[in-house]
Amino acid sequence: MKLTVVSAGTTSPSSTRLLADRLTESVTKQLGEAGETLEVHVVELRDVAVDIAKNMVTGFASPALQAEIDAVTGADGVIAVTPIYSASYSGLFKSFFDVIDNGALSGVPVLMGATGGTPRHSLALEHALRPLMSYLRAAVTPTAVYAASQDWGGTDAGELHGRIERAAGELAALMTGTPNNSRAADPFTDVVPFDQQLAHLGQLDV
Amino acid sequence: MQFGIFTVGDVTTDPTNGTTPTENERIKAMVRIALKAEEVGLDVFATGEHHNPPFAAPPNPPVLLANIAAQTERIILSTATTLITTNDPVRLAEDYAYLQHLADGRVDLIMGRGNTGPVYPWFGKDIRQGIPLAIENYALLHKLWREDVVDWEGKFRTPLQSFTATPRPLDDVPPFVWHGSIRSPEIAEQAAYYGDGFFHNHIFWPFEHTRRMVEFYRQRWEHYGHGPADRAIVGLGGQVFMRKNSQDAVREFRPYFDHAPVYGGGPTLEEFTEQTPLTVGSPQQVIDRTLTFRENVGDYQRQLFLLDHAGLPLKTVLEQLDMLGEEVVPVLREEFAKNRPAHVPDAPTHTSLLAAKNAGSTENTEPGKNTESSETASVGEQS
Repeated sequence: MKLTVVSAGTTSPSSTRLLADRLTESVTKQLGEAGETLEVHVVELRDVAVDIAKNMVTGFASPALQAEIDAVTGADGVIAVTPIYSASYSGLFKSFFDVIDNGALSGVPVLMGATGGTPRHSLALEHALRPLMSYLRAAVTPTAVYAASQDWGGTDAGELHGRIERAAGELAALMTGTPNNSRAADPFTDVVPFDQQLAHLGQLDV
Repeated sequence: MQFGIFTVGDVTTDPTNGTTPTENERIKAMVRIALKAEEVGLDVFATGEHHNPPFAAPPNPPVLLANIAAQTERIILSTATTLITTNDPVRLAEDYAYLQHLADGRVDLIMGRGNTGPVYPWFGKDIRQGIPLAIENYALLHKLWREDVVDWEGKFRTPLQSFTATPRPLDDVPPFVWHGSIRSPEIAEQAAYYGDGFFHNHIFWPFEHTRRMVEFYRQRWEHYGHGPADRAIVGLGGQVFMRKNSQDAVREFRPYFDHAPVYGGGPTLEEFTEQTPLTVGSPQQVIDRTLTFRENVGDYQRQLFLLDHAGLPLKTVLEQLDMLGEEVVPVLREEFAKNRPAHVPDAPTHTSLLAAKNAGSTENTEPGKNTESSETASVGEQS
């Protein structure tokens, strides 16, 4: 299967690309477990940024840009990650999707990710990216992954990993057409024994 | 094969000296350019139709073309394009038939939907209906030129009862029609259905658009029973700027390119010449590049060049016409004739269509003989 990863990070390396890579690894792993081999193609939008601007002016894509557009529209699944600028996706990210024919992503499974300096912009994924992908009629995963600077280390790092795994599982399920059951388990059948809870916090005196 | 020029009639400031022609100067320049085209031996002059600044192309092309017809003897007068969406087909039938009489049959038309969205509401039309308007309006126009008395009802204009469009086409031979579109397969389909010509403007766009559209048109032409695909009638545009030495051409044209409407401020001249049919260089380079067009679309019937835009001064345009007529087109005529299968027809003209009519041939003049629905109907009748 073909997975195309769109990264709108502008530095190299970028935390946007880092998130994209983590999502890709997780999708690859989970599809691998399902017996699928994945052909991954990464589109770094900064490499075609000038071509995107030229396409805006002329109405057609250069051969280099057309190859990247074809990689996206011909994929079985897409991971699209953008930095959040001024409360929304970056202009470069939007411009790339602007030059793709609307309808070309119809029904394509898409996993959205975003990065930012602060966690306070996380809902830009829901308020800006999700409507864009809905307009393009992409099949978007219920979970979108936002990573703020602080998510990459410290006490919250494990949570980011959990979100990546969940979102990647949803994309893998959409790509293979298998039902994805990640509903929370019944809290009454799966109670963590209290001594384990205390031990986890280092509070168990034995 | 026919060679000629087409113009969009843009009024553009010359970026090298900041001067802008007046509307009057530009309109008169278009007439000069057309007369020069005949003088240097070209076959076709085609004018755009525009309804907004910064264009001085005629809102009604027959006005300009009639003026040129009165001053020329031989050149075919055409449009690039006639807006089939927003013009009343009744007026088109009348005006172009009248022009045919004045020009002794030296008239054909290229139909288009236009590139300016706001034109639709200016004429009370809805841009979302662009394709249906093109289809219905042309169906009526086609009828008005072929039936003396028309009863008609449609979606987009008031019905007609016992209506006769006057004057009747010269010798009862309607002007030949081409349909132009950059990438709407519906229009290639329309051209194929009627056995009309298909014209791709072939400027500002990559070859791939042209190749796909022409290939589709040829297939559908054959499907509709007009004959083999390689007998379909194809026209292409093209854009060139020439000087004796290619470096001089590039140096002189670059400021016009960099500030041109449509693509100015975008790609470099080098990228644009690589990715689109634009050729800037010596006459020999223009010859070589133009000869490659045949590789993309097969043997074709009409090649038009855009020479007079982006603020190029009239003097320069006339020099370009001299080079085109003296150095380029004679070689192209000779080279395109080589290896051209004998059964590939020339573009229809009034003379050829009149001869075919007198010979009783209906090839290419009857729409869609092989429609799927009629096949189904005949099966039903047999059972």
